[in-house]
Amino acid sequence: MNQPYGVAAVSAVIVATVAVGALGLRISRTTSDFYVASRSVPARLNAAAISGEYLSAASFLGIAGLVLAQGVDMLWFPVGYTAGHLVLLAFVAAPLRRSGAYTLPDFAEARLESRAVRRAAGLLVVVVGWLYLLPQLQGAGLTLGTLTGLPSWSGGIVVAVVVALSVAAGGMRSITFVQAFQYWLKLTALLVPLLFLLFAWYADGRPAPALDEPPGFRGHAEVRVDDGVTLRIGEPLRVTVTGTVDGHRHDGEPVELAPGRHRVDAGTVLGFPPGSTVPERSTAGGDGGTSTGWAEPRGHAGEEHPLYATYGLILATFMGAMGLPHVVVRFYTNPDGRAARRTTVVVLGLVGAFYLLVPLYGALGRVYAPDLLLTGNTDTAVLMLPDRLIGGTAGDLLGALLAAGACAAFLSTASGLTMAVAGVLTQDFLPSPRGVRHFRLATALAVAVPAAGHVVVQGLSVANAVGLAFAVAASSFCPLLLLGIWWRRLTAAGALAGLVTGGGAALAAVFATVMGGPDSGWPRALLAWPAVWSVPLGFLTMILVSLATPKRVPAGTDAIMARLHLPEAPVPVPPAGAWKARR
Amino acid sequence: MAAEPVPRREVVTRHPGSTPAHTAYRSTPYRPATEPPRALTPAAHAHVRRLIRRQLRAGLATGAALALLVGTLPLVFRYLPGTGLGPVPAVVVWLVLGVAVYPLLLLLAGRYVRRAERNERDYTRAVEGA
Repeated sequence: MNQPYGVAAVSAVIVATVAVGALGLRISRTTSDFYVASRSVPARLNAAAISGEYLSAASFLGIAGLVLAQGVDMLWFPVGYTAGHLVLLAFVAAPLRRSGAYTLPDFAEARLESRAVRRAAGLLVVVVGWLYLLPQLQGAGLTLGTLTGLPSWSGGIVVAVVVALSVAAGGMRSITFVQAFQYWLKLTALLVPLLFLLFAWYADGRPAPALDEPPGFRGHAEVRVDDGVTLRIGEPLRVTVTGTVDGHRHDGEPVELAPGRHRVDAGTVLGFPPGSTVPERSTAGGDGGTSTGWAEPRGHAGEEHPLYATYGLILATFMGAMGLPHVVVRFYTNPDGRAARRTTVVVLGLVGAFYLLVPLYGALGRVYAPDLLLTGNTDTAVLMLPDRLIGGTAGDLLGALLAAGACAAFLSTASGLTMAVAGVLTQDFLPSPRGVRHFRLATALAVAVPAAGHVVVQGLSVANAVGLAFAVAASSFCPLLLLGIWWRRLTAAGALAGLVTGGGAALAAVFATVMGGPDSGWPRALLAWPAVWSVPLGFLTMILVSLATPKRVPAGTDAIMARLHLPEAPVPVPPAGAWKARR
Repeated sequence: MAAEPVPRREVVTRHPGSTPAHTAYRSTPYRPATEPPRALTPAAHAHVRRLIRRQLRAGLATGAALALLVGTLPLVFRYLPGTGLGPVPAVVVWLVLGVAVYPLLLLLAGRYVRRAERNERDYTRAVEGA
């Protein structure tokens, strides 16, 4: 990829973000007053803003990479991310708006009249936010690394600093139109190159990935292996090697590799003849199995219990979307419950339109960038394709557009998450929550932890990491919201127990997976896809403990339930000065 | 822990002074922050409960449709080959998961919104007619 174009595109997006952040203090005050107070954000604008904040690096880069590597089953990620909004619509959207809560801890406190539940919810917001920020920074590192050749951790740090500065300088919180713009930027950045790519693919004789299995190199290919890797080879393969294979040093001479496993050291360059099969990467986690059955659904490729893994993903994404802190905040900008519903429907449409495009990148990547399977950098497939298919200045420009879109993706999501986490830290966890200085301290803290984590935990697939954040949200906030909105016998004790048990269990599973727990069999499957058991666990704990503490149903339950569900009466708009702006 | 009284949080989108007393049912849930909770009249209470039940049914129907139409797909893809119908062609799987699911989700969403709004209209009518 041509560096100057890409660097210019990414710099433009970053500069725009910082500028908006710097001006944000002034703009956000007036716009938020204007929008929230006049209650006139049209559903379509608000929906574009929600979608803009929601479509993250995982969606822009990660899904295409997973589809490239593991095939059709990975389409469950985008389906789940979209269907989560249908569940949100059917059970949560209108009542959440009518609760008047700005954040999940606000909702918990308003519904259950308990500070303890508020704190538990706040802690979980921070945890889910951090888990979700981690893959955003990773996506940032990948994009910037691909563009500039810098090591991938440094890109994440750059973006962490940019986000921290822009949020601390004024925040992007209420600037609805900026987030809405980000959605259209991302859609354009994906759609325009895709049209060109499809045209190039058509002109190339329409090679179909599904028929071309296992994936092979279309021309002579030189692949540099940046990390040490063990390759599994099915049939004898003749490659040229510059570097070390199986402990033997080679200097550009042809080597015959027999079927079996071969150890390739970091920095080795392998040269493949045209038409040769891409060797499989075999890792301790069992992520192999990518070469056959790509187009057929078998549940998750490379999983020992594929059907279980698919359902783990479905439960986490369907139930988890409602618990994402940066999404919930946006519902507050809706004028009323009815508008919240209509906004969610438009979000479904916008997010769905985006996800129609993403898998095509994965399929094209399977044909034109199979070497990524070998290097393991499948998340960069989206960025590589224009160069591979089109090349020249046109390819560079399209690549730059994609890089800008990816940059917008992780900046908008990371800003929204940082905002949500910093808000909760300031309000509930730092002493004397007053003043801008505390908020800035909280912002630094909100970014620093995931930034450090992303340096330590390298090599986690971007989309998988997001899946883990969804699992924690689904096991804690989903029971809290569903039972809080629909079940009047929920007590503070029950909610607290459920949050701690469900969220804690999912979190423990996440840590075990990230830290490299059991690497085979049911223990691995259960920990890698915790939602199947941790969501019911959260619900069950909340219900049982609530039933055991019937005397502690909050006194105002009937009133608040009525408020959550009653339609608003049409209200004349009072003058702007009558509103109390919330900072 | 849970028993400690907590000052109610304010509804910041609606200025307390501007809360319209359209109906007894409406003004109660939106009472200003400082007032102690007031009980709904039994008739109002019944109306509210009925609305909540109907809205819950609408939500559950949508959730059930989602589970039935989309949630069962992994099982279908996995076990259809075993029933003698043969494997699901790859193109079909791609079209279902990559394309067809999204209009279906929109359709379910549209139906749910219409039903939920109808429930609310029925409630308003019932209250005004009472």
